[in-house]
Amino acid sequence: MSKGAVLILGARSDIGMAVAHKFASLGHPVQLAARNVESLDRAKTDIEVRYRVPVSLHSFDALARATHAGFIDALPALPEIAVCVVGYMGDQSENEHDLDAASLVMRSNYEGPASILAELANRFEARGSGTLVGVSSVAGERGRATNYVYGSAKAGFTAFLSGLRNRLAPKNVHVLTVLPGFVATQITAAMDLPAKLTAQPAEVANKIASAVASGRNVIYIRSIWWPIMMIIRNIPERIFKGMKI
Amino acid sequence: MKLTGWGRYGGVETEFVCPATEAALAEALQGGVAIARGNGRAYGDSAVGPVRTVGMRRFKHMLAFDDETGVLEAEAGVLLSDIIATFLPRGWFPTVTPGTKFVTLGGMIAADVHGKNHHKDGSMATCVQWIDVMDPSGQVRRCSPTQNTDLFAWVPGAMGLTGIILRAAIKLKKVGTGWINQTTIPAPDLKSAMIIFEGAHDYTYSVAWIDCLQTGRGMGRSLVMLGEHATPDQLSFRERRDPFALKPKGQKRLPFDPPDFVLSGPVVKAFNSLYYWKGSRGAGTRLVDWDAYFYPLDAILEWNRAYGRRGFVQFQCVLPLENSEAGLTALLGAIGKAGSGSFLAVLKRFGAQGGMFSFPMPGYTLALDFPANPANLALLHELDAITIDHGGRFYLAKDARMTPEILRASDTRVPDFIGKRSALNTDRAFRSAQSERLSL
Repeated sequence: MSKGAVLILGARSDIGMAVAHKFASLGHPVQLAARNVESLDRAKTDIEVRYRVPVSLHSFDALARATHAGFIDALPALPEIAVCVVGYMGDQSENEHDLDAASLVMRSNYEGPASILAELANRFEARGSGTLVGVSSVAGERGRATNYVYGSAKAGFTAFLSGLRNRLAPKNVHVLTVLPGFVATQITAAMDLPAKLTAQPAEVANKIASAVASGRNVIYIRSIWWPIMMIIRNIPERIFKGMKI
Repeated sequence: MKLTGWGRYGGVETEFVCPATEAALAEALQGGVAIARGNGRAYGDSAVGPVRTVGMRRFKHMLAFDDETGVLEAEAGVLLSDIIATFLPRGWFPTVTPGTKFVTLGGMIAADVHGKNHHKDGSMATCVQWIDVMDPSGQVRRCSPTQNTDLFAWVPGAMGLTGIILRAAIKLKKVGTGWINQTTIPAPDLKSAMIIFEGAHDYTYSVAWIDCLQTGRGMGRSLVMLGEHATPDQLSFRERRDPFALKPKGQKRLPFDPPDFVLSGPVVKAFNSLYYWKGSRGAGTRLVDWDAYFYPLDAILEWNRAYGRRGFVQFQCVLPLENSEAGLTALLGAIGKAGSGSFLAVLKRFGAQGGMFSFPMPGYTLALDFPANPANLALLHELDAITIDHGGRFYLAKDARMTPEILRASDTRVPDFIGKRSALNTDRAFRSAQSERLSL
């Protein structure tokens, strides 16, 4: 009966919380990791009441690389599945002028997530099992004027996940890359997003859980994103540079 | 942004904020006049603020559950559908449920909702053990049958106007299965339907679908549906494979807003005849799953769009027992004469009143909806007058168009309610578009 634990990195986000609920509903113990993790007290109780699985809270800062190894050592058990939903959108126009702000976006979306997944990868490799899930972004598939700082960091993270998957495939460790597209969250609440392209956090969580179960490699959440990104990736650069998208 | 109730009628420009913590909620209240909103299933403008609307959906945590007693403690924004999904597999079901599961706990208490078991188990208030209520200053008080008892009496049914419901404890009821033994009894006219209701007090659930367009001898013909939770040994082989009826059922969504003629008198009339005929042929007892039994409309997501862009308005009144037959006869006469009515009109016998400002009283309640057009709005005025003449009153969770005069003529409790609001100091701070319209 007892299923392996699922570690959620960035558990305070709407997607992170939805993923926690999904795996808990499937009977997995859940480890919630985030900054200010004490604010997840009610969320912990909520998941325990609903699904009757153990839930633990762990303070985690993706940018504090030096703490990552210790963070993993302190977990009640090395998780079977780790889902990294850490990310930070930032403000593109600010990033263009304030390189400290840009650096924070780059580190939050690439360096931090890559660092913690690298630590976990080595331990999963040694154990010879496990699944790493990285939530990246369609923004990483091609740089656009409106969000290329964020996009470039996500591009780095996507490439990192791809390489990690290649390296760990023979070691029975699976890596899943998730490219969600628009998701209706607190962060996007104020934006006017097209309904057909916008997924609910619970939808993201369901897709992730079934992709983990079936061993998929790279997934979009709404399949409409596949042709869209196919087109966007293939527009010749001399045309793309003049476009406003 | 522009917000409406579930009926999509009218619309009010309001600032919509969704705080995630108690502190943020308290702070949001300092910004001025506000009303709490759950999942937006009240039909009219009960949960739309004239200035500011405070969304409670981020207070969505369950806090504790006692497996022995079935008492659930949860935040106000938890959905009833989540409560069922969590606890029905463990053999617990809501003691009181309205006709949709897409309501929040806070909304159910604020409207003091009733279900098909009202004649027997009362309204929502009867299964609430305590409520944590925030006042305009941000202070939270727990009220229950033993502490802050006055507040406890004045929160259920008050539509959020006596304080913001933050958390509550409710008692669920133990069930052996997720199936309902449903008995359908055709009643050829209103009088027969009422006789069946009066003889069915011992049944846990009773409700009737009533053909509100039939005039003359068959006026008020109904299908009375009685129900009991099935025990495990009553299930046949088919149901035993899924004793709590948890298998996901298909959900449909209306692909577009249908044209007006679909809801015109002749089409509805033809539908009603067919429905009654089919129901009479299928009379008897059969097993129905909980979702189909309690929430038939939930299977069609966004069914409120069926009434087109103008939206629709609900009419629900309750008439005191002694005047029920005369009042219902007059109401059905007016509706039949106008030739306008809905597919789903509901008749139900009520038991006693719950909260101090709750809707139910012993007698009969009639609920039906109309497309919001000028002819129907005129008919509704007529129905208001008939209800008042017979000593009846109206359900605020359904209302979108009453006037302050009509409310006062129908409900003698209004002065007390206004007095209580001012004593609690909530009259200036907590206001909805509905309370403004009704001068509450």
